[in-house]
Amino acid sequence: METKNRLVEVKERTGVNIRECYQCGKCTAGCPVAEKMDLRPSVIMRMIQSGTDEEMDQILRSYTIWLCLTCETCYSRCPMEIDIPKVMDYLRQLSLAKGKVHPEARKIVAFHKSFLNTVKRNGRLSELFLTIDYKIRSLRSGTLLQDMTLAPGMISRGKLHLIPKQIKDKKGFSRLFKNQLNQRKP
Amino acid sequence: MKIGFYPGCSLTGSSREYNESILAISKKAGIKLVEIPDWSCCGATAAHNLNRELSVSLPARNLALAESDGIEELVVPCAACFNRLTMTQHELNEDENLKSRITEKLQMPLKNNLKILNVLQYLEKYFVPRLEELIKKPFEEEEVACYYGCLLVRPSQVVKADRWEDPMNMDAIMRKLGAKPIDWSFKTECCGAGFSMSKTEIVGELSGKIVRDAANRGAKAIVVACPMCHSNLDMRRPAINSYLKTKVEVPVMYVTQAIALAMGVSAKEAGFQRHFVPVNLSVNR
Repeated sequence: METKNRLVEVKERTGVNIRECYQCGKCTAGCPVAEKMDLRPSVIMRMIQSGTDEEMDQILRSYTIWLCLTCETCYSRCPMEIDIPKVMDYLRQLSLAKGKVHPEARKIVAFHKSFLNTVKRNGRLSELFLTIDYKIRSLRSGTLLQDMTLAPGMISRGKLHLIPKQIKDKKGFSRLFKNQLNQRKP
Repeated sequence: MKIGFYPGCSLTGSSREYNESILAISKKAGIKLVEIPDWSCCGATAAHNLNRELSVSLPARNLALAESDGIEELVVPCAACFNRLTMTQHELNEDENLKSRITEKLQMPLKNNLKILNVLQYLEKYFVPRLEELIKKPFEEEEVACYYGCLLVRPSQVVKADRWEDPMNMDAIMRKLGAKPIDWSFKTECCGAGFSMSKTEIVGELSGKIVRDAANRGAKAIVVACPMCHSNLDMRRPAINSYLKTKVEVPVMYVTQAIALAMGVSAKEAGFQRHFVPVNLSVNR
């Protein structure tokens, strides 16, 4: 019963049918970051198939789901055309909503949050404000200087704008963000 | 036909030279690109990682704006924006409920039948047939490594690129410009994409392998068609060099910059001064 629900749930939320995976391992073989993952992509597929609560908890707490770069190699090569990156998006959002984000992935989540925050404010991304927002969120990570040293080079090459570009229809734009970014902090 | 243009955020900032070179070659070829009025961010990796609704609604806003401006064909040079806009169009066409929910939010109609072109498709359609006439200053058989990255060719089910495991369309363009595209192994490997700031060491490693293979096989330059690929291979060169434990000097340029040079656009107008790793080929000297 448990297993069926899990597969149906993923199918309903993403349209992806994981039941079709027969463990050929091609996704893992072609994944550029598989060797850094705690659970390989093909293992994630198998775990969703068996789908016990413990396995789901392990998936949502894994580093893997955040390491996935959405390079789309696994999906393109899958003999059953299973859209694994789309499942990863779903798992990431579930992990975030349940507060199960892997400690190693906190910087990745912080970056994405800063990105959306910056976009929400102006309608377009300001790379300067993204960097500032992200550096504040990830102060403890000790990488403050790494990107700050790039700033002078970017400014001299005309690549960093001090004043963010803004769109005109901010009201219509903010409607898209309504009730969307209120997930808990990782 | 009205050809629309969606620059995306990177092209207004860290990838200005991509924007400049596209506009320069289009102007020179007499093609008018109309920027989508009041366009906004596509949401990029952040939106599809964190929020499914935004990952569709943000691109959809731009598709709707383009339509209402009478645009029939839309040029999207950033590979990531191209991917998000194309995936959104695909998803909305597959799912009527999603489409009506999103258009209600947008408060804009959406026929969703825009023809979306990535930069290679744009070049193939509007430049390749006329290249002989447009080229003023061909390359002098310099070896180049054509690097396609991920999102111009994948997911193959949606993008439907020709030979997606070993694409040749950029190679064909570079050959027509007089350069010598090399055979190499990292054409469509991932550069590390959105980890540029959050996991720079991974970008150093993945991009490092790409740059190393290109350099080992004698490439004088790597040619790209994506702002993320460019900034990871060029601006993140310190991380690459620290992974490779050596200093690799092979420069990275946009395919549109290469065309610009061959068309006689000045190196400055094509934005070559904005690179971190200097490009030093006979054509831009």
